[in-house]
Amino acid sequence: MSTVTIDKSGPTRKVKYGSMSRDRAWALRWSYFFLVLFAIFSLVPPLYMLITSLKSSAEISAATNPWWVYHPTLSNYVELLTSNQFLRFFWNSAWVSIIVVTITMLISVPAAFALARMKFWGSATLATGVFLTYLIPDSLLFIPLFKMFAVIGDWTGIQLINRWYVLLFIYPTLTVPFCTWIMIGYFASIPKELDEAAIIDGASWFQTLTRIFIPVALPGLIAATIFAFTVSWAQFLYPLVFTTSTDQLVLPVGIITTLIKGDVFNWGQIMTGALLGAAPPLIIYAFLMDYYIAGLTAGATKG
Amino acid sequence: MADVTLRKVVKRYDDVEAVRGIDLDIADHEFVVLVGPSGCGKSTTLRMIAGLEDISDGDIMIGGDVVNDVPPKDRDIAMVFQNYALYPHMTVAENMSFGLRLKHYPKAEIKTRVAEAARMLDITDLVDRKPKQLSGGQRQRVAMGRAIVRNPKVFLFDEPLSNLDAKLRVQMRIEIKKVHQKVRTTTVYVTHDQVEAMTLADRVVVMNHGRIEQIGTPNELYHKPATRFVASFIGSPAMNFVPCRLEDDAGKLNLRLTDRLAFPVPPQRAARYQAVPRTDKLLLGIRPEHIAESRPHAESGVEPFEATLDVTEPMGMETLVYFTLDGTPLCGRVSPNAGAQDGSPLRLAVDLNNMHLLNEVTGAVL
Amino acid sequence: MVDVTLQSNRVAQATRRRTGLRNALRRKSMVAFLMTLPLILLVLLLVVYPAFYSVHLATLNKPMTKFVGFGNFEFLFRRDTFWLVVKQSCIFAISAVVFKALIGFIVAHFVHNVPAKKQRKWRGMLLVPWVIPPAMSTLAWLWLFDPSYSAFNYTLGLFGIGPIPWTGDAMWARFSVILVNVWYGAPFFMIMYLAALKSVPEQLYEAAAIDGANWWQKIWYVTLPMMRNIIAITTLFSLIVTFANFDIVRILTAGGPLDHTHIFATWAFRVGIEGSDIPLGASVSLFMVPILAIAAIFILRDVTKRGNEA
Repeated sequence: MSTVTIDKSGPTRKVKYGSMSRDRAWALRWSYFFLVLFAIFSLVPPLYMLITSLKSSAEISAATNPWWVYHPTLSNYVELLTSNQFLRFFWNSAWVSIIVVTITMLISVPAAFALARMKFWGSATLATGVFLTYLIPDSLLFIPLFKMFAVIGDWTGIQLINRWYVLLFIYPTLTVPFCTWIMIGYFASIPKELDEAAIIDGASWFQTLTRIFIPVALPGLIAATIFAFTVSWAQFLYPLVFTTSTDQLVLPVGIITTLIKGDVFNWGQIMTGALLGAAPPLIIYAFLMDYYIAGLTAGATKG
Repeated sequence: MADVTLRKVVKRYDDVEAVRGIDLDIADHEFVVLVGPSGCGKSTTLRMIAGLEDISDGDIMIGGDVVNDVPPKDRDIAMVFQNYALYPHMTVAENMSFGLRLKHYPKAEIKTRVAEAARMLDITDLVDRKPKQLSGGQRQRVAMGRAIVRNPKVFLFDEPLSNLDAKLRVQMRIEIKKVHQKVRTTTVYVTHDQVEAMTLADRVVVMNHGRIEQIGTPNELYHKPATRFVASFIGSPAMNFVPCRLEDDAGKLNLRLTDRLAFPVPPQRAARYQAVPRTDKLLLGIRPEHIAESRPHAESGVEPFEATLDVTEPMGMETLVYFTLDGTPLCGRVSPNAGAQDGSPLRLAVDLNNMHLLNEVTGAVL
Repeated sequence: MVDVTLQSNRVAQATRRRTGLRNALRRKSMVAFLMTLPLILLVLLLVVYPAFYSVHLATLNKPMTKFVGFGNFEFLFRRDTFWLVVKQSCIFAISAVVFKALIGFIVAHFVHNVPAKKQRKWRGMLLVPWVIPPAMSTLAWLWLFDPSYSAFNYTLGLFGIGPIPWTGDAMWARFSVILVNVWYGAPFFMIMYLAALKSVPEQLYEAAAIDGANWWQKIWYVTLPMMRNIIAITTLFSLIVTFANFDIVRILTAGGPLDHTHIFATWAFRVGIEGSDIPLGASVSLFMVPILAIAAIFILRDVTKRGNEA
């Protein structure tokens, strides 16, 4: 009897051991299966943009398989990239984003340094205030801001409504609080001894910021820059409210208001425009993914 | 090069006094170590000398000038930090030359100074590396190099070795001593490690609760501690303290430890203790090396007694023995050949020629 | 004598310098204040002031000539569309956040499961929806939902299903805006959870395995408690953003059909900007404040807690 049980116990253990690793292999297989499904779900809209952008209007309205391009053509791209109007949108977007990024960095980096390192009366409250400001959405402020700038125009005669540069005043309300917040976090993570060493070496506050803090917190600075750029580039509500003339529009609003004419949708061009509009953030993302993700996750942490 | 003087220096944080009136004179070229447990105010004192903390009261003078309100960069000091505080984005050479570059020294001079310091510290091969590529000991050298190139009046070290492993710490300790012998800059060194303090210092300053307990050479502190704190802080394993009383026994002075155990006080000590009231609660302070196995023909003042060992720790060249005397835990050092074994009795002898007598209430050494 | 005078000189010097130090400290605060001044001005002039101005605007009549107190709010309460917007905003925000959180959590686990070297690639693909400007990607969805040329309906037609009126029918339109929002927002949750998952020490799972926990118990007793804070912050943050969403609904349905998909932001735009009734639009958007404030308070609490833990 006893020998039988011993004989049994050997193989049983072996089978069990095997089934453990088989479980893991199956878990991995299922993981891949669902990841493929989710990846398809994620990538269908941008891929469909690409597919449609390569079709002629005739092919789009023909009742063929929409997921396939039978007669690929670059005519949509040629048409848009030679259209002064579209290029105008693109440049408006580019200028607004670049200037807003610059303004944002000039405001938020010194402010974050002061809030992280030079404790002064009210600095803790101000840091909290910055975080709260970052939680205020654009859809809460667009009406009073619109009215404010209209009133300023009436009072001073400086017409800001329907000028692309009005966005330079407004976008920083979205970018500066977040960038300041994550820069506070990055600066606070720099060991205190580093600035003390710099002070003993004879650096002023300004030199400590420019020669030690900015180089050391460069990854944070890049993350903040990416954030400021993508927010400025993607912003839709403010330009929709503040600009109406076609030569003042930025890309997202421009595509939607000019390529959609009444009920006539030129889908080939709309998708091409949308893809070109999505390209700059996507390219930045492709090259600087790690910074992008670092910035994304840094917002939820303090210090 | 300069002397450093502290006069009644006080540091208050809100209502807490971290440093409570310190007087200290550090001579030119001297290597002084501030030692004490964490929170004793030693780092705060160093940071006040550096100018990283402002002084609540009192005066600090460097080279005869009051520097209370002089910003750190104008005090002509250099500091080495516990975590090295190397600038991570600069190479070793850039790290070392940062201070000189800020002061717009000529390039050639910067180069020679960096090269000289690098040679002194044996890091010439590393000058183009970034701190990340260096080991702990190498980083420590670079941090010292950064201090040396500045050629300051005073070196300040804030626990520079505590991030290193034990072996490297011993090595760097020697390195620091060598550097000091070469450059002879006045040095203030903070540590919580009494071995480091003893081995490095010309003079050691023992601090506790924001006050100076004692200032002296390492030997003075070891052999003539002024307070119970110093007696217990310096030396490892720490000094034993046994509650005791003084008794008169036919004109001679007796030290009563327990009901059954009493020793005659050696004559040269007896005169010193004669005036102590017999009713005072006292402590016998005796270092472990003065409790050894009993030998025949012992000199006078070495008194034998029986003990049952709780635990023995063979260290190789000696064996540490732990036992209790009426509930007081004690430690002794016996020869490896003394036959000490866990749980077994051993005849030990205490060398009262090296005894200390302390007042249990005030902690003062009598 | 000489020594004594020297000493007293030094003391005098010291006291003089001490006031100098006070000046220096004041200077330091001054510098710090100046460095934050642009930030303070920006926040005061372009965030705080407009917020209060919005309250002021909400108490005016349409031509903004007369104070009407709560007149706009009373008017809103009497309108069915307003209650429709309240209902739809809540349905939209809550269901979108719940699905984003769930999908994000599940996908984060799958990504965490695959070998570390391949995680980067998957993560990169799955985050694409969050990177594309929502106004652009919603156009793609609009085209995928097109009543006559919908690529989805074409595919479903192959299986004999449909055609589905994605944006034409009230219920389907509600579903569609939520779907697009989930598509856009789930990657954010995935990334946050993935970061949190990676921060759970492997030893905890090993200890749990030795204690005999199965995979479900590991999630329940190890993963979730360790991630509780980050889940809370992410969810609350997403609640704010989703509740205040504009782009997706505006482009996909513009509030239609028959105002059934309007949420606060799009309706405020419709009445305030397109309808030129700024006071009424301001009143509508102010209704977002209570829910945003509550979420913000909780986020602040959690973020501070996280900061203290770290």
